Amino acid sequence: MTLFWPVLLIAFASLLAAFVRLPGQWKALWAVFPGAAFAWVVLSWPAVVGEGELMASIAWFEQLGATVDLRLDAYGGLMAGLVTGVGTLIIVYAAGYMEGQPGGSRLISMLLIFMAAMLGIVIADNLVLLFVFWELTSITSYLLVGFNHEKEDARKKALQALLVTGTGGLALLAGMVLLALEAGSWQISEILQRGDLVTASPYLPGIIVLILLGAFTKSAQFPFHFWLPNAMAAPTPVSAFLHSATMVKAGVFILGRFSPIFNGSEWWHGPVVVAGLVTLLVGAILGLFQTDLKKILAYTTLAVLGMLTMLIGFGSDLALKSMLVFLIGHALYKAALFMVAGGIDHGTGTRDVWKLGGLSAVMPFTMVAGALAAFSKAGFPPFLGFIGKEYVYKTGTSLDTLAPIFTGAMLLGNMLIFALALKVGWYPFWSKGKEAMLEGHPHEGGWMMWLPPLVLAVLGLVFGFIPVWTGDTLVLPALSEITGKSMHEHLALWHGITLPLILSLVTFVGGVLFYRAREFFWRKHDRVESSPKVEHAYDRLLVGMVKFAKRQTQAIQGGSLSRYMFIVVGATALLLLWKFVRFDGWPELTWEGRLAPIPVIACIWTMVGAIVAAVAKRRLIALLAMGVVGLGITVLFVNFGAPDLAITQLLVDGLTVVLLLLVIYRLPPIKAEANRWIIRADAALSVFFGMLIAALTLSAMQLHVVERVGETLAQMSYAEAYGRNVVNVILVDFRALDTFGEIIVLAIAAIGVTALLAASKERSSDED
Amino acid sequence: MSDALLLFLPLVVPAAAAVLGLVLRTCKGPQAIVGVLGSAGLLVVGLMLVARTDAVGVIATQSGLWPAPFGISLVADRLAAAMVAVAGLVALAGSIYAWRDLADDKLGPQFVPLMQFLMLGVQGSFLTGDLFNLYVWFEVMLVASFVLLTLGNQRQQLEGALKYVVLNILASSLFLIGAGLIYAKLGTLNMADVAVRLAHPEQTDLVRTSGVLLIAAFGLKAGLFPLFFWLPSSYHTPRPVVSAIFAGLLTKVGVYALMRTSTLTFAAKAPVLLELIYVIALLTMVCGVLGAAAHFDMRRILSFHIVSQIGYIILGLAMMTPIAIAGSIFYTLHHIVLKTNLFFLSGVVNHIRGTNDLARLGGLAKAFPGIATLFFISAFSLAGIPPLSGFWAKMAIVLAGMDLRAWGAVGIALGTGVLTLFSMTKIWAEVFWKSAPEDANTTDNRSGLWPMLIPCVAFVGITIGLGIWGGHVFAFAERAAEQLLNPREYIEAVLGPDAITGEVPGAGRVRP
Repeated sequence: MTLFWPVLLIAFASLLAAFVRLPGQWKALWAVFPGAAFAWVVLSWPAVVGEGELMASIAWFEQLGATVDLRLDAYGGLMAGLVTGVGTLIIVYAAGYMEGQPGGSRLISMLLIFMAAMLGIVIADNLVLLFVFWELTSITSYLLVGFNHEKEDARKKALQALLVTGTGGLALLAGMVLLALEAGSWQISEILQRGDLVTASPYLPGIIVLILLGAFTKSAQFPFHFWLPNAMAAPTPVSAFLHSATMVKAGVFILGRFSPIFNGSEWWHGPVVVAGLVTLLVGAILGLFQTDLKKILAYTTLAVLGMLTMLIGFGSDLALKSMLVFLIGHALYKAALFMVAGGIDHGTGTRDVWKLGGLSAVMPFTMVAGALAAFSKAGFPPFLGFIGKEYVYKTGTSLDTLAPIFTGAMLLGNMLIFALALKVGWYPFWSKGKEAMLEGHPHEGGWMMWLPPLVLAVLGLVFGFIPVWTGDTLVLPALSEITGKSMHEHLALWHGITLPLILSLVTFVGGVLFYRAREFFWRKHDRVESSPKVEHAYDRLLVGMVKFAKRQTQAIQGGSLSRYMFIVVGATALLLLWKFVRFDGWPELTWEGRLAPIPVIACIWTMVGAIVAAVAKRRLIALLAMGVVGLGITVLFVNFGAPDLAITQLLVDGLTVVLLLLVIYRLPPIKAEANRWIIRADAALSVFFGMLIAALTLSAMQLHVVERVGETLAQMSYAEAYGRNVVNVILVDFRALDTFGEIIVLAIAAIGVTALLAASKERSSDED
Repeated sequence: MSDALLLFLPLVVPAAAAVLGLVLRTCKGPQAIVGVLGSAGLLVVGLMLVARTDAVGVIATQSGLWPAPFGISLVADRLAAAMVAVAGLVALAGSIYAWRDLADDKLGPQFVPLMQFLMLGVQGSFLTGDLFNLYVWFEVMLVASFVLLTLGNQRQQLEGALKYVVLNILASSLFLIGAGLIYAKLGTLNMADVAVRLAHPEQTDLVRTSGVLLIAAFGLKAGLFPLFFWLPSSYHTPRPVVSAIFAGLLTKVGVYALMRTSTLTFAAKAPVLLELIYVIALLTMVCGVLGAAAHFDMRRILSFHIVSQIGYIILGLAMMTPIAIAGSIFYTLHHIVLKTNLFFLSGVVNHIRGTNDLARLGGLAKAFPGIATLFFISAFSLAGIPPLSGFWAKMAIVLAGMDLRAWGAVGIALGTGVLTLFSMTKIWAEVFWKSAPEDANTTDNRSGLWPMLIPCVAFVGITIGLGIWGGHVFAFAERAAEQLLNPREYIEAVLGPDAITGEVPGAGRVRP
């Protein structure tokens, strides 16, 4: 059960942070909570690696598949460590970043709730639970991207991120429900063991495609990549945490999680590799043109996410191993670089590369953190980034098919990532000729702003120095988890003079060249930004949807009552026709009754009233004609021996007329329908519907299959209810409850009349 | 307490409260207290009914002690009991919420009695076992709601009320024709008796015509495509408390009537009508949500969402599997609470700024973070974001659809979810996030907010609670669905244990 408390602890801290406002730098104290969770992950690590996993479970919504099953295995544990570890540093950083600005507590509270959800994703062992956490990260991301919500831009981009990931999330839900139904279990660990059931399912392609949609939108794979750079509208601690180190890795994470099942299916490898490859190149190439530090980082994040996805798509043990090494390295250096970029922004007030330069003298600590992180990202030995890159090349060169193409793409991607790394971590500090920059008195932020990135950057170096430890303790246990077999090959810094090493050297040369040509690309920034993009398709889709919605709503909810009535009656008539055509054929009608004069007169009277009401040009006349109709019906009641009913009818009718009179009084005069076709259609439909109902009634009266209750009532009336007037007995005894209801109806109508009368009296006295 | 008393109390309590309210029409304070107490009594009775039916199964009594089918039966199964209780809850919340309006004379002395009469109609509809009696309760509801719509007497209200009453009377006529045809063909109006008489094999094709008419009538009341026009035309016009109670409850009475009649009568005998409902449900979902996307006024957007979500509920009904029906029931209960609350909150916004027009609102997240949080949770619950109640409601329908391999339904349900999210974020961004436009009224009316906020806080608590502990409620919904799908228990409770001679087919669909 101990598995519950890290998530609960962080969620609890979030709630506390929303209400307890710590002053200024003291907000960093909130880091104690994720710090404790991180310590717990670290302390549990030996048990996780040794025994394989920790589990906990409590009941929840079983009927819908949901149980709170948590499972900490080495793969999830690795991510849990990143989430809580980086998260702890982020909270410290956020406290420094927000110092002196409003909303610091709100930001930290939201970061913490996000962290709890993200931790939930990586340790959930139930599909529904996983989805719950997944959506929570989308929602918190929405709130965080829209943190500066008084800016329209922030709102727009928050919505974009939410809609893209939210839509993908629903696809994921569909995929997971289908997966669960096919595997016969909602528990992820159990499904992983029933992989053959899933792969044998005819719905396998559907499951894969739906889950991929979820993963690709979350991890910003092409063509859903556009929301990620836009999400940079969020405050920098958010970008560092959600949009580089953790949330965007959730997609990659579940790809890895499910890869033991889908590895081997053609529906899996193709899409995953292609999406990854395109994203890698799109991200890296578009990144070249960016002039905003955070945007540069966002595009490299895209590139790296593409790389990770592509590696998962290859699916070989080596590829997955490279993926894990790359993933750890990236989480460390990218979060650090974001924090450095935020520090620069904080100290200078700009993130524009055209303005930045020469900061090494004034921001020494940030400079060191930036340099270390950039070197790891660029892939200098002995940083972890170097090892990651070596493994990537090793994977590329050992592919069976198309190895040159993929290796070439990797090479290009890495060169560009190299150049982009230096632009963020090196260029702002060392570029010359930006003396104007220094006049604004840029300054180092407090320790809370430079220590967290420094810690991460140094870790990137340390892990690289001790590759065997890193590999054996972190990478291999997680790898065993996602390959499903136990892995033992050590990680190494030095592989001898091999093809990957040569490719690494080529990367350096190419990267330096791209870095030197930076201004060439920066100048083209505006032109690239205005060229056609996938994002425009999203915009057009959204605008088109709203436009279509307006048209559609205008068409059916036009506002005219007679139109609505036409549709209601028309739809009912259509349904009845459909029923006849589909099933019964037409009812056979015969007439056996006799014509008595009084009913015939009453019927004609009623019909005349109805026609007058229909053609009347003034509401008042129409209303009075309706009264005439009511009278006709009253006569019919009297004729068939129900004086009580007749009286009721008279009363109700009279009250209704009065009530409507009061309403109509305020309405404008009837606008004559200009279109004669509409009048004709209305008339035709009315006549048709009336005849249809008459025919139905007639045909129903001809059937007399069972004894009617009414006949028994007539017999019981005197014998048991002691009344000779059957209608009367029915009204006041057998069905007294109906009569009670009708009395209430009358009472309410009376209340309504008095209310309207009182109101109109008030109004006329106001007008006087 | 005897079953008979328990079944009559939901009618007696609001009727008594209404009469007392009429007597006290000149004393504002005591009248308002009568409203609150009457509604609270209704809630208590409802909860007792839930406890009783859940423990002993379907209970029934005969009015005037005339044996069924000669008198009028009152029946409660788990679904009816739950509806009675949740309607009591809404009434109670509404009575508290109306406190301020009553004090300010914005509702007039008619409100309390009318609302109690409305509740009488609603409860009668839930509990009656007789088709014509159901019609009577519909009339009570209709007249009461019509007058409630006009309270305040604004021109816009009268126009909306006119559309409301005319279209609903049309539905009543269709209902009456349908019921009349059933009586003409089967000779009975008692619904259990109808089910029994239908069980004779030769009666099979009798039910379709009246089925179609009942679907049209109840469909209009429930707000189904293409009959929902009255709803978005009228719900944005009355006082907030009135539209909130209507939004939560009234369409659900139509839904309830559809559930009751379809499971008792045509589900087993004319499954083709279920397919009809299925198609209608999908169209309803889409049309409703598009209407919401097209509008820019809080209450109008929310009104169209009612339509859309009725589509989800009816979709569950059309699928007719145990999980689908349970999902429909859960969705109904969740939606009554949530929708009422969203209208309550739009009333709060209206109270503060005097408008519900998104273009003229803004900045409320900063000025009222508490209210913003209440709205955010409610709106995202409506959009089906976990772990709030709306997610489980949607999840049940999706799961049921997947189970039947109904890909189209699942796809449309999920797509509608995205659009729901879109229009909820629209309200959120415009009303709460953006800064108020410069020419807008930003003098906040903070007086008298608390009585309005108490029910909102309670209902938000319920939507969160249903998300976290809703498993129990869902289990109850499953038990209720079981009763619906196997009408034997209902029939025997009404007509006695020997009523069924032939076979009464269950309504449920078999999983492929």
